[in-house]
Amino acid sequence: MRGATHAKWAACAVAVALAVSACGGGGGSSSSGSGTVSASWGDPQNPLEPSNTNEVQGGKVLDMIFRGLKRYNAKTGAAEDMLAKSIETTDSQNFTITVNDGWKFSNGEAVTAQSFVDAWNYGASLKNNQKNAYFFGYIQGYDKTHPDTGKQTADTLSGLKVTGTNTFTVALTQKFSTFPDTLGYVAFAPLPKSFFSDHAAWVAKPVGNGPYTINSYTKGSEMSLTKWDDYPGDDKAKNDGVTLKVYTDNNTAYNDLLAGNLDLVDDVPAAQLKNAKSDLNGRYINTPAGIIQTIAFPFYDPKWNTSGATKVRQGLSMAINRQQITDTIFQKTRTPASDWTSPVLGEKGGFQEGLCGKYCDYNPSEAKKMVQEGGGLPGGQVKISYNADTGSHKEWVDAVCNSINNALGNDKACVGNPIGTFADFRNQIGQHKMPGPFRAGWQMDYPLIQNFLQPLYYTNASSNDGQWSNKQFDNLVNQANAETDTGKAISLFQQAEGVVRDNMAAIPLWYQNGSAGYSDKVSNVALNQFSVPVYNEITVN
Amino acid sequence: MGRYVIRRLLQMIPVFIGATLLIFVMVNVMGDPIAGLCGERKCDPATAAQLRAEFGLDKPLWQQYLTYLGNIFTGDFGTAFNGQPVTELMATAFPVTIRLTIVAIFFEIIIGITLGVITGLRRGRPVDTGVLLLTLVVISVPTFVTGLLAQLLLGVQWGWIQPSVSSDATFGELIVPGLVLASVSLAYVTRLTRTSIAENKRSDYVRTAVAKGLPRRRVTIRHLLRNSLIPVVTFIGTDIGALMGGAIVTERIFNIHGVGYQLYQGIVRQNTQTVVGFVTILVLIFMVANLLVDLLYAVLDPRIRYA
Amino acid sequence: MPEQPPYEEEEFHHGPEGPPPEDLAIAPTGFGGTMDLGSSEAETLEKTPGGPEGTGPTEKPRSLWSDAWRDLRRNPVFIISGLVILFLVVISIWPSLITDQSPLKCDLSKAQQGSQPGHPFGYDGQGCDVYTRTVYGTRVSISVGVLATIGVALLGSFLGGLAGFYGGVGDSILSRITDIFFAIPVVLGGLVLLSVVTSNTIWPVVGFMVLLGWPQVSRIARGSVITTKENDYVHAARALGASNSRMMLRHITPNAVAPVIVVATIALGTYISLEATLSYLGVGLKPPTVSWGIDISSASAYIRQAPHMLLWPAGALAITVLAFIMLGDAVRDALDPKLR
Repeated sequence: MRGATHAKWAACAVAVALAVSACGGGGGSSSSGSGTVSASWGDPQNPLEPSNTNEVQGGKVLDMIFRGLKRYNAKTGAAEDMLAKSIETTDSQNFTITVNDGWKFSNGEAVTAQSFVDAWNYGASLKNNQKNAYFFGYIQGYDKTHPDTGKQTADTLSGLKVTGTNTFTVALTQKFSTFPDTLGYVAFAPLPKSFFSDHAAWVAKPVGNGPYTINSYTKGSEMSLTKWDDYPGDDKAKNDGVTLKVYTDNNTAYNDLLAGNLDLVDDVPAAQLKNAKSDLNGRYINTPAGIIQTIAFPFYDPKWNTSGATKVRQGLSMAINRQQITDTIFQKTRTPASDWTSPVLGEKGGFQEGLCGKYCDYNPSEAKKMVQEGGGLPGGQVKISYNADTGSHKEWVDAVCNSINNALGNDKACVGNPIGTFADFRNQIGQHKMPGPFRAGWQMDYPLIQNFLQPLYYTNASSNDGQWSNKQFDNLVNQANAETDTGKAISLFQQAEGVVRDNMAAIPLWYQNGSAGYSDKVSNVALNQFSVPVYNEITVN
Repeated sequence: MGRYVIRRLLQMIPVFIGATLLIFVMVNVMGDPIAGLCGERKCDPATAAQLRAEFGLDKPLWQQYLTYLGNIFTGDFGTAFNGQPVTELMATAFPVTIRLTIVAIFFEIIIGITLGVITGLRRGRPVDTGVLLLTLVVISVPTFVTGLLAQLLLGVQWGWIQPSVSSDATFGELIVPGLVLASVSLAYVTRLTRTSIAENKRSDYVRTAVAKGLPRRRVTIRHLLRNSLIPVVTFIGTDIGALMGGAIVTERIFNIHGVGYQLYQGIVRQNTQTVVGFVTILVLIFMVANLLVDLLYAVLDPRIRYA
Repeated sequence: MPEQPPYEEEEFHHGPEGPPPEDLAIAPTGFGGTMDLGSSEAETLEKTPGGPEGTGPTEKPRSLWSDAWRDLRRNPVFIISGLVILFLVVISIWPSLITDQSPLKCDLSKAQQGSQPGHPFGYDGQGCDVYTRTVYGTRVSISVGVLATIGVALLGSFLGGLAGFYGGVGDSILSRITDIFFAIPVVLGGLVLLSVVTSNTIWPVVGFMVLLGWPQVSRIARGSVITTKENDYVHAARALGASNSRMMLRHITPNAVAPVIVVATIALGTYISLEATLSYLGVGLKPPTVSWGIDISSASAYIRQAPHMLLWPAGALAITVLAFIMLGDAVRDALDPKLR
């Protein structure tokens, strides 16, 4: 009978649902065992190859499973020898690198000079589509393995030579005194043979030489890493493992932390900062990181490249109340910027507080005057473009605009221009379609003043999105790079930075801190200068 | 019956091709996805050109579409930018979203129809007015507000549930997200059932059944409900596809790694292969669900015969 | 006259000149988007538009419309929702009637502060006055809803009406196209289409709603026209040699348009709500446009610290949507004689 079968089916469904909810309701954080830390994560954008990972989320994993020649001290940022026994040079152009004995990959294979040379050759070879390939651009032979156009004529870099089990030499195309300090970047990590022999399997479950090994990886959802007991280094993991959980919305991650469902959130949403300290009972850290936010300008647009436009840019800079915005919107997790580098470099590294001078001080009346003297806002209105899909950019852009509007006494002097996706944002920048100033954030690759200036302001540099070009600046940078004495090099870079200031090539906004909250289950949580948690130091209570 | 099903299946072909073409064109209008892969810097032109060639983005649009369609029939849905085959993403995402949809449909059926029957039988009484008002409130508050409130109150303030769903996404964890996802549809099911019941209550066959002296409960369930369910079944059937595709908001709030999450990621990264692949499957589910609903008609109403 | 048996949906009830058999196939499928659920309710109505003409003619010839209007005037639901909508329309045209401040005037030092004299709803995260922004948001939100509804109703009833009237191959093709648009989830379509938009006017959002919304009305208009054209008086007109255009304008449109109006009124509310969802996903309207959707989505991050930021715009939105849905309900009840 049809009715009867229907009824039976319904009853079944009810029973099943009740049963499931009864079993499923109680269980919670089943994935994290006693000694493991669960932490928030984002889905990496690129395959997890060292020379292909250029964003923080993939970088987190590689930082746990790889150790390079150098490692940046989590507190001071100094590049310290890790796998490198020595890196020697007499002319700042040819380097002899010796690798320490006794290092292994977690599959048992020894880490040798060949592991590095193979990895670097892989990264520099055009056919492998590695997005960090330009890191090898100083090495001789790069123009053959990675030509700008056409097919590559060599598969290996002629500047790399293995001279012994543990030694190899590097020949650069020009003098680059601080080259050894860049070797802590993840792109320079060594790779095991299995990476080349069974690439698909390696990418599905990467194998490295760091303190953790990957236990399981559910793509787009979760990665579980366990402590590698035989790790030969002295920075062994102090917990049993780390479970990285992918979150699309950092508000959800924060809510999970509050509910005790997660141990560590390394990206506390701006809206929650106000309450974070009290919410978390002090389990909240706020550490300076090598990140600076600026507003860049489309110098390819004639309107922004007039002689008066410098004054307009300086005026806009003075119209921004940095202190109020960092205090209110960011709850002091940003520091108003007064130069174009980052405090994490330290005075010795080239950071110069107050370099910007009065142009970075809030002064609404002077700002209005400057903008008028410069010929007014191009087109009568500035549109600050940003991508709306990631980061809480809308909040600060709106605040910056309100600050400018209030200073200039015009409700519509400045409006935010959200662009739907990051890809489209980068696309419009690449095609020189920006209708006005745009958000520019810079996270250092390695803690050197060079990294804050050259990629951003050198003519045609990879991140010189506004196409700013200045001969004087370029010359100073060239001189600085060729300088073998670090102190002199830094002072030349600082002179170059002065050129940036005089032209207001970009408006510095604030230095960004890393902020993180953690549960009462863990302690000893710290962020390094790349605002990445130092996972191996975390202890589980 | 067999001929009817075959004809329906044949009609699906143009709809399927049209819908995938439409979404394919839409995603391509979004522009070049490669620029987003290189972070805050310009992709070097050689690598960018190479990536474009690898993903077939250098070909004209129609050719890309034909290649894609051809590959689908061999079971190859392409590869996401981070090197994961789209079929692999589907294998993890669809079971989660299907579970979520089952929970949502379950609530629609149990709560929606129950409330609808009660209010339909008691039209104009306080319980009717109350429920009707409640459904209106549910409909008029956007789902993301309902979801955020539920997460905040139940998950954080009162601690009844976990604020997010783990990667296992068990039925138990999906109860609240499912309820949020179903909320608006649930309100519509209630209203639809109510209207339908109220109409049929006065029809001849119910009056006859009552006049014959059949017990009230039997009349309600065997005669009234069965006939009144036809529009409700239609609605729920078409809602299956809508719920799965519309879960973008709910999955985002509760951090559920299902279809909506993958679609959102795919769109943000302008990953044509992911988006088109998932939508293709959703379109298929939508069409099959519609067919099943139409066949169910014949079950609910023996007078309908498909030829 | 006995009531129509409910199971006799028009789809299974064709006259001798009914549509070709394949129409059976698509008939029962509803709409695919969670946001635009009004259609399914209208389906119950869809079966009956011929009804009033059948019940009425014994008395003096009153039209469906005057009957409905007489009903509505006495319906408190209609009066209340009508007044609310009237009020909303007035303040969306003249927002300065009830506020003398600018919605773009913001002072960050007052961010997130609660209610205080002169600022009854407090301040939002940017230190803007929530009351003023809520008042000014009315204009944009109502405009989006009304314009999208008009677009959907015109395009949908035009295409659906033609398909229903002429039938044949054109009808089959249109039905397939309708299916294609139904199959694409609304929110997904919005994310894809609107993420490339650079304009900061409301037109892209309205255009998107029309593009993905018209099939809903088209399907109903088609069904309604098919039912209407099978009525005796239409056959009579045809027999008397009336032209196609005359039949469409004089006989079919006035009698087939009722279900479209009902669906449109209910859909209007869902469009306003959809605008908020799009903003939440980051693809809605853009500043300096002031809308409830923008404010709700930016307030949603502060739901714990400053719930007042969310409460007012969300409340205004809910009341508006509620008013339009109740209005739609009232109109449907008035146009549907079976429920009297």
